[in-house]
Amino acid sequence: MADEAFDIRYTASLARIELSDSEQEAFGNQLADVLQYVEKLKELDVDGVNPTAHPAPLSNVTRTDAVGPSLPTEVALENAPAQGHRLFLVPKIVE
Amino acid sequence: MLNQSTIATARSGLETGKITATELTQACLDQITAIDPTYHAYLSVHAERALAAAGEADNLMRRGITHQDRPLLGIPISLKDNMAVQGAPLTCASRILENFVSPYDGTVAKRLKDAGAILLGRLNLDEFAMGSSTENSAFGTSRNPWDPSRTPGGSSGGSAVAVKTDQCVAALGSDTGGSIRQPAAYCGCVGLKPSYGRVSRFGLVAYASSLDQIGPVTKTVQDSATLLNVIAGHDPQDSTSVPQGVPDYTEALEEGVKGLRIGLPKEYFVEGLDPEVRSAVDQAVTQFSELGAEIVEIQLPHSDYAIATYYLIATAEASANLARFEGIRYGHRVDGDDPFTLNSRTRGQGFGPEVKRRVILGTYCLSSGYYDAYYLRAQKVRTLIREDFLRAYEKVDLVLTPTTPSPAFLLGEKMADPLQMYLLDIFTISANLTGNCGISLPCGLTKDPLLPIGLQLLGKPFDESTLLRAAHTFEQANQWHLKRPPLQASD
Repeated sequence: MADEAFDIRYTASLARIELSDSEQEAFGNQLADVLQYVEKLKELDVDGVNPTAHPAPLSNVTRTDAVGPSLPTEVALENAPAQGHRLFLVPKIVE
Repeated sequence: MLNQSTIATARSGLETGKITATELTQACLDQITAIDPTYHAYLSVHAERALAAAGEADNLMRRGITHQDRPLLGIPISLKDNMAVQGAPLTCASRILENFVSPYDGTVAKRLKDAGAILLGRLNLDEFAMGSSTENSAFGTSRNPWDPSRTPGGSSGGSAVAVKTDQCVAALGSDTGGSIRQPAAYCGCVGLKPSYGRVSRFGLVAYASSLDQIGPVTKTVQDSATLLNVIAGHDPQDSTSVPQGVPDYTEALEEGVKGLRIGLPKEYFVEGLDPEVRSAVDQAVTQFSELGAEIVEIQLPHSDYAIATYYLIATAEASANLARFEGIRYGHRVDGDDPFTLNSRTRGQGFGPEVKRRVILGTYCLSSGYYDAYYLRAQKVRTLIREDFLRAYEKVDLVLTPTTPSPAFLLGEKMADPLQMYLLDIFTISANLTGNCGISLPCGLTKDPLLPIGLQLLGKPFDESTLLRAAHTFEQANQWHLKRPPLQASD
């Protein structure tokens, strides 16, 4: 179904991962092999089969909508690569 | 050699006053200094904190606190470096988290501390738990205790190495497709993947949320049960943890296997299985039969589709989970003039090759136009695989297989071909797709070179008691777990 359609450059940009030229070539080939391998799932008839998202014997887990303790701002910012005014700093988005 | 203690022997030594927690902790730290430069199980060691906690444990014991009150009081335990411990590094063996320090305790860390355990250090893994060899660690591979030119397996390779080389008394790993059981098999330890939902994942850095589960890596099955007693149970902070009571898993260990029905999936005993692995597993089957179990041939007809299913579902979930590493809120940042460039450069430089491949593959199979063909189809096949097991468990109590098709491979041997590496997960991967519990325990050694062989038992969801009972019975009838590798001290 796919390998001609698999565009490593485009998919990497969707994933927000910058790749070097050599990475593009190597990963492109390696992932084409993997995609070729997973083609085998097409051998199965899955009409009418319900998908399984997870195996836990649970559904619609809810909790009381109550305020509990959370990380203080200073602690949440401790690992930030750039911060100021008690906020995370990001590059300018709008001029 | 105090560091050779199991949880059980350490507890009795501490209770009778023959040893102190400080001596035991120091013995593990000394072993780390002596051999870890060769084996590289640890990414960081917290000697000062550990000795302080050990001193505190000794004080508590002098004041009459016992292992009835705190089941792991004074026991040195190490965690795979993808579980949060407050104030400790949490690198996931990734450059992107190289300087990250966890601001909180995950649930397993909290439960271990409450039980009195001494947290020694952080164990190596494949980056973000993606891999089967620890070669994907950004901080260097771990090495197999039986032959340092070979892999210890992965992704919880550091956990298995640390336990087998007595650099801690027990460890925790995480298992998404076999990441506890496979390294346990390669190193000769006991590795348990609990049922999905049995142990809280709060504070475990997510790889594939519908597959990940934390579990013990130990020297004996009894220790596995003791550790599971502490970490299992419902946690309101993990909505996928199941609100079901936790039995005492050590209670049923001695009840034997008489009358237990053990299934052999005929699909698992086929070509590609190493002859020595095959013969060790055949012997284990004979032994279970002699011990009173009933051996039943079963069918798991969709087994051949498990790896393809796994690598679509796991990578899809990984692509979503790892979106949080964007260079803004925490971790490594590579600057860019706009957010897109900053994100892409950060991730391009921060992630290693296998993580990039998996995130890109997952992004692709979730992308518009391919979702139905890949992700949705894989979820449907997951249902078929699950139904295979449900049908099998109408006839049997446990399923028995080799843990891996062959013993530990040479470092570097499989790195060029990711698909070949993925295919090694064939026997372990289904339990993650289905939510079953599974254990690997030693069942033999190959002759030349001398390498451990792992036996896998798979149990029904939430039936860890039966799983551990059968494993314990086999272990005690054989003593393979007592075989020690010829360790090399570091220069």
